[in-house]
Amino acid sequence: MSTVKLTVNGKAVSVDVEDRTLLVHLLRDHLNLTGTHVGCDTSQCGACVVHIDGRAVKSCTMLAGQADGANVTTIEGLAKGDELHPMQAAFRDNHGLQCGYCTPGMIMSAVDIVQRHGGQLDEATVRHELEGNICRCTGYHNIVKAVLDAAGRMKVAQAAE
Amino acid sequence: MGVEGIGASVVRKEDKRFITGKGRYVDDVKLPGMTYAHFIRSPHAHAKVKGIDASAALKLPGVVAVLNGKQIVDDKVGNLICGWAITSKDGSPMKMGAWPAMAPETVRFVGQAVAVVIAESKNLARDAAEAVVVDYEELPAVANVTDAIKAGAPQLHPEAPGNQIYDWVIGDENAVNDAFSKAANVVKLDLTNNRLAPNPMEPRSAVADYNEAEEHFTLYTTSQNPHVARLVLSAFYNIAPEHKLRVIAPDVGGGFGSKIYIYPEEMVALWASKKTGRPVKWTGDRTEAFLTDAHGRDHVTHAEMAFDANNKITGLKVKTYANFGAYMSLFSSAVPTYLYATLLSGQYDIPAIHAEVIAVYTNTTPVDAYRGAGRPEASYLVERMMETAARQLNVDPAALRKTNFITQFPHQTPVIMAYDTGDFNASLDAAMKAIDYAGFAGRKAQAKAQGKLRGIGVSCYIEACGIAPSKAVGSLGAGVGLWESAEVRVNPVGTIEVLTGSHSHGQGHETAFAQLISERLGVPISQVSIVHGDTDKVQFGMGTYGSRSAAVGLTAILKAMEKVESKAKKIAAHQLEASEADIVIENGEFKVTGTDKSIALPMVALAAYTAHNLPDGMEPGLKESAFYDPSNFTFPAGAYICELEVDPATGKTSFVNFVAADDFGRLINPMIVEGQVHGGLAQGIGQALLEHAVYDANGQPITASFMDYTMPRADDLPSFKLSHTTTLCPGNPLGIKGCGEAGAIGASAAVINAITDAIGKNNLEMPATPDRVWRTIHAA
Repeated sequence: MSTVKLTVNGKAVSVDVEDRTLLVHLLRDHLNLTGTHVGCDTSQCGACVVHIDGRAVKSCTMLAGQADGANVTTIEGLAKGDELHPMQAAFRDNHGLQCGYCTPGMIMSAVDIVQRHGGQLDEATVRHELEGNICRCTGYHNIVKAVLDAAGRMKVAQAAE
Repeated sequence: MGVEGIGASVVRKEDKRFITGKGRYVDDVKLPGMTYAHFIRSPHAHAKVKGIDASAALKLPGVVAVLNGKQIVDDKVGNLICGWAITSKDGSPMKMGAWPAMAPETVRFVGQAVAVVIAESKNLARDAAEAVVVDYEELPAVANVTDAIKAGAPQLHPEAPGNQIYDWVIGDENAVNDAFSKAANVVKLDLTNNRLAPNPMEPRSAVADYNEAEEHFTLYTTSQNPHVARLVLSAFYNIAPEHKLRVIAPDVGGGFGSKIYIYPEEMVALWASKKTGRPVKWTGDRTEAFLTDAHGRDHVTHAEMAFDANNKITGLKVKTYANFGAYMSLFSSAVPTYLYATLLSGQYDIPAIHAEVIAVYTNTTPVDAYRGAGRPEASYLVERMMETAARQLNVDPAALRKTNFITQFPHQTPVIMAYDTGDFNASLDAAMKAIDYAGFAGRKAQAKAQGKLRGIGVSCYIEACGIAPSKAVGSLGAGVGLWESAEVRVNPVGTIEVLTGSHSHGQGHETAFAQLISERLGVPISQVSIVHGDTDKVQFGMGTYGSRSAAVGLTAILKAMEKVESKAKKIAAHQLEASEADIVIENGEFKVTGTDKSIALPMVALAAYTAHNLPDGMEPGLKESAFYDPSNFTFPAGAYICELEVDPATGKTSFVNFVAADDFGRLINPMIVEGQVHGGLAQGIGQALLEHAVYDANGQPITASFMDYTMPRADDLPSFKLSHTTTLCPGNPLGIKGCGEAGAIGASAAVINAITDAIGKNNLEMPATPDRVWRTIHAA
């Protein structure tokens, strides 16, 4: 057992976990943050993506202990209170989700994609960048639309800040 | 149409919880004292279970129990069943081998469970499973139908000699033979329809909780049809009588058919909860999903089509071998028969059709209905055949289709289905216009100048949805009725709860169904809750599959609504001292037509529940229920055209354009409908280019993870251009046909027709990987 201290969605937490515990299980089983999902065993599907110190990481690929001292943001921490993150709003407005299972990971990856590419996003880039997130419902059509829409919204939000 | 009524692209009410991480899926359920199950599964495709030694595992910390197949049989938990009886051409019933929830003696596919560990945590259960020793005696195995039907092949079930489940026929063989004897041209085609793994993103999961004092079970499960699960668990598996079993299917992360069935894992979880006196959770991992979720497709087919001198089709004969895997899954028998062979007429006027379907056991994962279920196989066959025929007859593929389209409705096909309405020319014309079919030759020439092979492929699909009149399916062997039920409750404050037997696992029912209420009453959808997925709340339901929720489930809601409206109008008329015939409903108000007198819905509702001043003899309350059984299947149809380029140096395919023109009848929420089509197209394209569940000759699965099985990714797919043509379905009052499976049914043939057009060779199996395409291009 080890004690892992980290910040999750702005709150400092300290959790005793078995050394083999993956970050995703710390989040889901110990902190009840069940918005982060497990969709595969091989780090392919991306349903478990969270942000660690501002960068998208598959939380099934990382031991909880490796996140010691890190600043973790999960899907539950993305909105500012009642105000949805532009990416969340764009997924809703563009019907970028159906069953919702891949959605948290998809949104967390998409935020990271926009942040890394800034205003330089086009459809081909978004499709290429989403390679690590699998969706079985939407055929990606509306997810791609949502990411491009959110890229615009995030630019506007950034300019306003 | 109101702003939130029928036909409005309203954003989804359910989305907020999903985009904020507040969805509640089965694996999110935690109960006090909960234990965790881990299954011990066979690594062999076919073996005798000689013994199971759990003594070391039982000594490990946190292990509650290790239970095995002998115990579950001894406790008289029933074998898994197939609920649709099919009769062979010789009159004999289908031959079903026994399928216990865990194998007591013989395992017949890799991944079949032989025992289960119940422990205090997931990790402890996994650790203990490593310590359980199973002694297997390997038996010879067979993985494909071609080998399984050979003399001397390994035999799976004593009940099914020769591994044959049934040999079923449909149609008039003499009429077909007559057509072929007079044919001007005959076109022949051999096809394989590749096996798919369903892979909804949420793995299956079950949480079972037995309450000893009440002798009552609660099951949370990833189900598309919780009432059917309760019925089967109760009536056939002896888990508990229905009133002692509550089944809850909360948010479910995709199903596509694979979550229709009642699987061994939830049976074992329920049984183990009673045995251990503790709640039991099982959540599958992705490899377990590949090994145990019912697969789809896997047909080997030879077909021949006869044409007269005017290129009119005069006959079609088909022989299909369907791989059922190691056991007959719940609706497996119906898929290659009544969901496949009955659609072999496609969109065409074919006077004579005969089909023979031979269902075969192999040592592979069971196969059942998946995303289209039989109809993709039929559509792929018919549309590959039309393209092949056009090439052989040297006519334009679109023109050949138009020559043979059914244009008069209703149209009785020779294979049971009676198409009620449609306009196949309209959808093909719309698709041809959208892709500039006329300009293709010029584009092909341009591509050639750049060293690329460009192709165009058409696919005109039809499907039978709604699944469908109970009397009809009963006469064909179904073990259940396929109506739907609904209840509409207007609360005393005027808010509305709709309880539906349909189940939403991505389809957006919470929004689309509320739009009907908004349309009828003029209230905002925020005032309406759609309740589903809990057998303790909803009176009954047959669930969601076969694109049936809008055509059947929503019509049941409409029927209940009509009763509510009728009673509410009587109350309003009484309150307003007017005639019931003069009451109209507008914007949430009951108005006396031609006057300024009105009463708002909440006041009508309140009057219904205070019951101080109701018409004489009227019962208090404002809540009605209905069961709706459709009079026919529905027949969504459309035309898909794919334009693509093949790089002859690598065999790689790149999309240029993909257009879809669908006729779904009336659309409730076009945004949701288009989303359904996008997803289906991705599946159809995935089957054509990427996906294949592969076994080696000994029945070992080669593709049991996302590392090995190619799921379509965003960069494998194009953006789609969709359009709609509309003929309203006459079979239900809303005119709805259904949209959930169209893309998966129609897209594969368009892709393969386009690639084979590009490379100038007609024979190409799915998935058309770059390797396979390159070899086909360069084959002698």
